[in-house]
Amino acid sequence: MRRPLVILSILAALLASCADGDSSGTTATPPTDDLIVYSGRNENFVSPVVEAFTEVTGIEVSVRYGDGTSDLAATLLNEGDTTDADVFWAQDPAWIGVIGEEGLLTELPTDILGLVSDAYQDANGEWVGVTARSRVLVYNPDLVSEDELPESVFELVDPEWSGRLGIAPGNASFIAFVSAMELVEGPEATLAWLEGMASNDVRTYDGNGPIVDAVIAGDLDAGLVNHYYLLQRIADQGEVSARNHFFAPGDTGSLVMATGAGVLSASDNREAADEFIRHLLSPESQEHFSVNLFEYGLVDGAPTPQGQLPLSDLAGPDINLTDLADHLDSSVDLIAEAGLS
Amino acid sequence: MIAPTGVFPVKEMPGEGRRAASPLLWALALAAVVPAAIPIGYLVWTVIRPGGFDAGGFSVERLLGLLAATTLLAVAVTATTAALGLATAWITTRTDLPGARIWSTLVTLPLVIPSYVGAMTMLAASGNNGMISQLLESLGLPPLPVFQGFWAAWAALSLWNFSFVHLLTVPVLRRLDPALEEASRGLGASRRRTIRTIVLPQLRPALASSSLLVALYVISEFGAVSMLRYETFTRAIYTQFGGRPDPTPALFLAGLLVIGALFVVLVQQRARGKVALYSIRPSRSVTTVRLGRWGRAGALGFLVGLVTLALVVPMATLAWWAMRGLTLGNSPLSVLPHALRSLSVSAVAAVVIVVAAIPVSILAVRYPGKRSRTIESTAWLTYSLPHLAIGLGFLVLAVRIARPIYQTLVLLVIAYLAMFLPQAMASLEAGLRRIGPHLEEASRSLGVGSWPTMRRVTIPLIRRSVLAGAALVFLSVMKELPATLLLRPTEFDTLAVRIWSATSELFYTQASFASLTLVAVSFVPLYLFVARDLHR
Repeated sequence: MRRPLVILSILAALLASCADGDSSGTTATPPTDDLIVYSGRNENFVSPVVEAFTEVTGIEVSVRYGDGTSDLAATLLNEGDTTDADVFWAQDPAWIGVIGEEGLLTELPTDILGLVSDAYQDANGEWVGVTARSRVLVYNPDLVSEDELPESVFELVDPEWSGRLGIAPGNASFIAFVSAMELVEGPEATLAWLEGMASNDVRTYDGNGPIVDAVIAGDLDAGLVNHYYLLQRIADQGEVSARNHFFAPGDTGSLVMATGAGVLSASDNREAADEFIRHLLSPESQEHFSVNLFEYGLVDGAPTPQGQLPLSDLAGPDINLTDLADHLDSSVDLIAEAGLS
Repeated sequence: MIAPTGVFPVKEMPGEGRRAASPLLWALALAAVVPAAIPIGYLVWTVIRPGGFDAGGFSVERLLGLLAATTLLAVAVTATTAALGLATAWITTRTDLPGARIWSTLVTLPLVIPSYVGAMTMLAASGNNGMISQLLESLGLPPLPVFQGFWAAWAALSLWNFSFVHLLTVPVLRRLDPALEEASRGLGASRRRTIRTIVLPQLRPALASSSLLVALYVISEFGAVSMLRYETFTRAIYTQFGGRPDPTPALFLAGLLVIGALFVVLVQQRARGKVALYSIRPSRSVTTVRLGRWGRAGALGFLVGLVTLALVVPMATLAWWAMRGLTLGNSPLSVLPHALRSLSVSAVAAVVIVVAAIPVSILAVRYPGKRSRTIESTAWLTYSLPHLAIGLGFLVLAVRIARPIYQTLVLLVIAYLAMFLPQAMASLEAGLRRIGPHLEEASRSLGVGSWPTMRRVTIPLIRRSVLAGAALVFLSVMKELPATLLLRPTEFDTLAVRIWSATSELFYTQASFASLTLVAVSFVPLYLFVARDLHR
């Protein structure tokens, strides 16, 4: 039995060394001149931007992708000052806020902060919005008539919606939306809404994408998601039988969230990190986000995603995105209390 | 000397209690389960801290509901996999069904399909827009309802796990000494009584350890149950981990899960029975049952149905996506680096883990007692934990006290050791139980030391079990995702990471290349080290 095991070990060692050849993967500290980016955003959307950055600046980038934003945030919270990461690029404003509050981010240069409106950046200037996404109600027009469409997300607890809706209670965007509701309406009203949804037999999914697919297929009438999933499906499959509905301006249901990026205080590569964030806010990257991801660019002149209302027409609840971070824990409690997680 | 073949009550097991295990064996076994103890220690430490008793908004009622749902699924899947695996094992070893060996290989292959990939293909097949629905529609039939909830989770986890039972019971069924059964029949026992008193007791250890593998896997499973929308305890734990900065509630819930798992492990240690089967080689090969024409048709129909659902449908779906991807101009070569990384880390982990499992298994089988049971149970308990909790435990510890190995393959392989040791143990222990201690005793009585005996007698005899255990671990490491995401070196993206990153944005065509590669790479060791040897 020894021989096969020995051969296997040698083979494995060989393979490990060649697998190592195409990345800086196996060593604890990748070469220090590499810029290390922790990305809560999906590889498919990030890698073109990163490649363009390296092409323009000559700076090599190592990207660590997480399972969404939260596990990278947990990684950063544990690594603290000892982190190798230079840039944290989050998919959601609450989690990057958590990292900021721990004192792990450093203030960004004013020229970067000046590119984006105050509404989409950290109050302390420690992270800046790169893109924005809006919460919407995606619905199947064959199953939901136009006059049924609600003005407010609070109407969804009415009996007429019983058994027809889907949510993704573990999804960061949904939790951020619940946090926003807590900020605006208080915890009691938020719990009442969640319990109303639960007793309305809302269906829970493990993400926004499956909700949109279920709506397109007519397996589900409508669901609370972010706006761009439907637009990606239309780009991929052509016309589909689903539409985005925006709640009335100012309603919590039409929360507009920034996806933000910041530089770690522990970064030993500050200049390159700043340069990377400038690159995310460059006209080319901003156009990529709007054309390929269908998110809103946040720099002046960024195109509006095809088939969407312009960003200036969207009006979420009157909150400061920086305040969401403090409400993640309580929101998750409320979701669990309502029996939805 | 006691005859080399037979069924013995454990208390009179030859060799039992005559010699104590060497301190070195104890030390090696302890070292092997230290990684498994780390996540449990982390869990206990978090929960007993002030404020650690935090269920994160879950009401007792809701927790009990989740517990009941998880138990129901675990029991249902364990029973189903036991029935399916026993049936396939019996048909392929004890009947005159033509092509039995080919069928036996085919029913082990579903192990290469990760449950989450299986679930993905189930979702793609069902619902109004599903592939099977569209097929039905073209025949003028109504569409399939969406596969979701309890039945979907039950089907997915049963289909992609029953092979464990098949793998571990085939060797036992093949080595049953026909003389025992004939004696029983000859003494006037009915066929049913013979099965109950002679066959089943001999199957019990294999059935018990494969059932434990399945039951604890179901408890810790996240990907498939969450895609198929069945709410289990582990799903709730993941929601807590992903939703909030404070990990305490998730770990508190994981602590409750461990208590439940402990109960399952204790039940299993009872259920594997107090009987040991030793047979080097049966004096004759087992008697085969002649299936009549109808029996043959039934057995064939069962196998065809099972292989279609567990293997053909998911593979066809993946192939269909891959074809679409190719016509869209996506290159399958893009997953080559991922394949190399998966292959290398899985192979290293398989070797490390199976070697680590040898002392643990020898202790558990040859020196049963409270202490060896504790060592064994530690490994099994960690097997029931959600992988995210295990990953987080290692992350927290390594950042603080083992920084040089943090975000390296060393830490990743240690975490895999914590997660997958029981798979190697299950295979090795089955092998050790089969050979019995009498040859080791003979070697010792000839003056050979315990260490050379292990090297020159025991390990060569369980060679196939070692390779099979390594192959099982290899497959699991290939499929592992949550801990890999958390602990891997930056940019060391494996096939599983690639599949996840593509499916999370529903790029099925991209996911299909990686999935097919994963299946293809997994197939090789499964065939070479497991399936091919099953009927030798």
